[in-house]
Amino acid sequence: MTSTETNSTVAPARKQLTIKVFGVGGCGGNVVSQIHRMGFGGAQLIVLNTDSQALAQCPLPYKFNLGITLNGGLGAGGDPERGRAAAQEDEARLRELCTGADMVFICAGLGGGTGTGAGPVLARVAKECGALALAFVTLPFDCEGSRRMRQARLGLEEFKAAADGVICLPNQKVFKLIDENTSVIETFTTTNELLAQGVRGIWQLVTRPGFINLDFADLCAVVRDRHSESSFANAEAVGPHRAKEVVEKLFANPLLDGGAALGEADALLVSLMGGPSLTMAEVNRVMDQINRQCENAHLIMGAAIEEALGDRLTVTLVASRRPSHAADLPQAAAVEKAEPAPASRGGSDFETLGSAIVAKPVARSAAASPALEKVAVAVAEFDAVGAAPVAATRTWRSRKKPKAVHPELGLETVTTGPFQHSEPTRHNGVNLDVPTFVRRGMPMN
Amino acid sequence: MLNLFFPKKTTVIVGLEIGTAKVAAVVGEVTDGGGVNVIGIGQCPSRGVRKGEVVNAEHAAEDVRNAIVEAEKSADVEIASVYLGVTGGHLTSLNTHGVFTSVSLDHEISQQDVNEVLANAKVFNRPSENYVLHSVRQHFTVNGQAGIVDPIGMLGENLEVDMHVIHGVTTRLQNHMRVVAGLNLEVEQTVFSGLCSALALLDNEQKHIGALVVDIGAGTTEYVIYAEGVIKHTGVIAVGGDHVTNDLSYGLRMAPARAALLMREHGAATLDGVADQTLTLTSENGFPDRRVDLHDLRRIMVARLEETFQLIDGEIGELGFHDQLRAGVCLCGGGARIRGIEKLAGNVFGLPATLGRANAVGGLRSASDDPELATAVGLVKYGAMRQKGNQSTGLVGKIKGFAGSLGLF
Ligand SMILES: Nc1ncnc2c1ncn2[C@@H]1O[C@H](COP(=O)(O)OP(=O)(O)OP(=O)(O)O)[C@@H](O)[C@H]1O
Ligand SMILES: Nc1nc2c(ncn2[C@@H]2O[C@H](COP(=O)(O)OP(=O)(O)O)[C@@H](O)[C@H]2O)c(=O)[nH]1
Ligand SMILES: [Mg+2]
Ligand SMILES: [Mg+2]
Repeated sequence: MTSTETNSTVAPARKQLTIKVFGVGGCGGNVVSQIHRMGFGGAQLIVLNTDSQALAQCPLPYKFNLGITLNGGLGAGGDPERGRAAAQEDEARLRELCTGADMVFICAGLGGGTGTGAGPVLARVAKECGALALAFVTLPFDCEGSRRMRQARLGLEEFKAAADGVICLPNQKVFKLIDENTSVIETFTTTNELLAQGVRGIWQLVTRPGFINLDFADLCAVVRDRHSESSFANAEAVGPHRAKEVVEKLFANPLLDGGAALGEADALLVSLMGGPSLTMAEVNRVMDQINRQCENAHLIMGAAIEEALGDRLTVTLVASRRPSHAADLPQAAAVEKAEPAPASRGGSDFETLGSAIVAKPVARSAAASPALEKVAVAVAEFDAVGAAPVAATRTWRSRKKPKAVHPELGLETVTTGPFQHSEPTRHNGVNLDVPTFVRRGMPMN
Repeated sequence: MLNLFFPKKTTVIVGLEIGTAKVAAVVGEVTDGGGVNVIGIGQCPSRGVRKGEVVNAEHAAEDVRNAIVEAEKSADVEIASVYLGVTGGHLTSLNTHGVFTSVSLDHEISQQDVNEVLANAKVFNRPSENYVLHSVRQHFTVNGQAGIVDPIGMLGENLEVDMHVIHGVTTRLQNHMRVVAGLNLEVEQTVFSGLCSALALLDNEQKHIGALVVDIGAGTTEYVIYAEGVIKHTGVIAVGGDHVTNDLSYGLRMAPARAALLMREHGAATLDGVADQTLTLTSENGFPDRRVDLHDLRRIMVARLEETFQLIDGEIGELGFHDQLRAGVCLCGGGARIRGIEKLAGNVFGLPATLGRANAVGGLRSASDDPELATAVGLVKYGAMRQKGNQSTGLVGKIKGFAGSLGLF
């Protein structure tokens, strides 16, 4: 028949997502440079600073000097007020830079002047332009003094109010994790790498059409409107045992609160990326291990092939949990969101990405207590505001399948691709939407 | 006799399937002999439907409109009402049993007794939000004597009836009707798509000696068992061609659209002759792009299709229907176009399996030949039978209401 040729189980044209990554201030610039060094196609990298000297040293092509008439290119002098004023002066320019972006990442080190003051302004502008704004920030070392820390925490609150989500990594945690004698510079480098991986992980999560696809809507399903803290982790491994190693590395990742973050997580989003050699068996192995650590969680996973990864396998994980287990940051986290939600954006823009998602509600059995030694805490706060891609599925909820839903989470399995908006096909507890050959464990050549 | 008072108008009947892959409207004329002549077909790729259910009413309405307009043009008629096919994973079917006992032993069974026993059979447990789509009469039993078609006038104190009932979530059924109503089209009746496909394919003999009809669509697979001339069992699995495509896109790591194309061009429900073969795909601009292992492609397809058949086979096996299916398995729906599908079905069910053709349908060729039109063609047949029934009931004034009473299936 003629009909099926053109039938669209997927929308015909794949919309190219426009993604911009901003580095604000000295730390932000360093993180973005690191992202650049790691090789990062597909997103525009932009560095903003009040300090023209720092900008000059930055190897990236897109740079902008904030508040040049205000500060004369001499920096913000560690004063967030001056950083904010500089950004406000150039708000029109920021707006220009954000226009047309679907997603904006903002990297900044909190505690100084530029990142702390200008960053939240940029987040607000980005959201006003209709982009999803996610911030990746650091908190200062203890030795930098309490004034900086106070300043940083205020900045964090502002970020949370302005951005959709904030992932925060305290420098001190990383410092503790690596060798005591490591220099501050090296610690910075490690932190920058972690943040860069984080940005890249999320970026890949929402842009790469995977063979198990995750998209923006899924990200929202895990973090949106939850007012809970999200831990974030990323790990990479090579070689024949990479599936096993990558999980070990993941659990040791300082961004992940070790066993606790997974054990307490009530929603978990996992994205796997590998080179063309990635096998289903490996995907299964990784998911199996993660699964065992978070038996209480509503788990959403995606997997994709990225040619450039070659022999490497990377795993990105966002773990969301109830606020009561707040680890480190002050509970002032409950500060109201000042920013109104932007015009509804949701799955629609992103739904063209592809195939299937395996959403796996995990049985509520007692979690095997994970024995992990290397434990460091990083708390990320997600106040993701966005449209409701979940709402559509909600009306389709069937009472036959109560297991697909964790009522207390207000989370619903979001299915993308051909089965978007439809309820999962279950038969004797088996989700038939998951490819048969996967469920049967058939290896592919 | 010249009938001046009731001029006989040619009855045009339209069957509409709002499918997952396509919307199909088939226009049929009832011939003097009571047969059906298909005089027009309209089709449109479907965008608002997933797994057989409307998820985007706007898109669905637009696609239905397009299909209807095309059908109107092709048949040169104006369409005012349609018979509407419905399906979905929420549908449930069951066989119910009704009993009526009269006081006297030599009681002559009346119409009223029949009504009573039918009403009795319709009392069964179902969720309150569910709507009974069909309750189809199977057989009566009089004083233990089973298999009676018309008990009226027989003597007996015990009258029993077996019925096949299909019900589903009311709101989900209404989604379909709302789309049609929004276009100012009247819905004559909603009918389970699987029944329509069976109606399109099977002749009386097959219905009597027993047959299984499987309609493999894009989003759902419906199955219907006929034996002894009546519906014995029906079901839906919300798995179809879209799942095959998705499995391929997942397993071969390619966009679903590309996987769908690959499935058409190189797909089959068999592993025969593909060992160690690879395909070289070309990109949009004609350059060799990547290689695909043909063996993997087929294994993925076979796994899915085999599983779907196995699920149906397991169910009918449990119910003990295998021995009753002497006419074997009849396949339709777009999935019946998959090469080698009948062989796979034959192996799984252990029964002869064939590709079904619409039976006793004249007019346009594709109406009887295209497997994906089975549902819509069956709807027309259903409509034709119902109108015939209505005419006779109008005269006799005896039976009113649902399909089962009219013995349409
Ligand atoms: N030549 C072909 N080769 C393989 N598969 C085919 C071919 N033609 C159609 N199909 C399959 O048939 C499906 C479409 O079938 P059909 O038109 O019966 O679906 P539908 O009636 O719209 O869906 P449903 O009844 O599930 O709502 C497609 O998903 C496609 O996979
Ligand atoms: N991880 C990391 N943290 C940094 C780096 N540079 C500075 N910081 C931290 O970020 C805070 C703000 O510094 P900086 O970005 O230079 O200030 P700004 O330019 O005024 O925003 C400092 O207090 C440090 O804790 C860096 O390269 N990596
Ligand atoms: Mg169909
Ligand atoms: Mg169907």
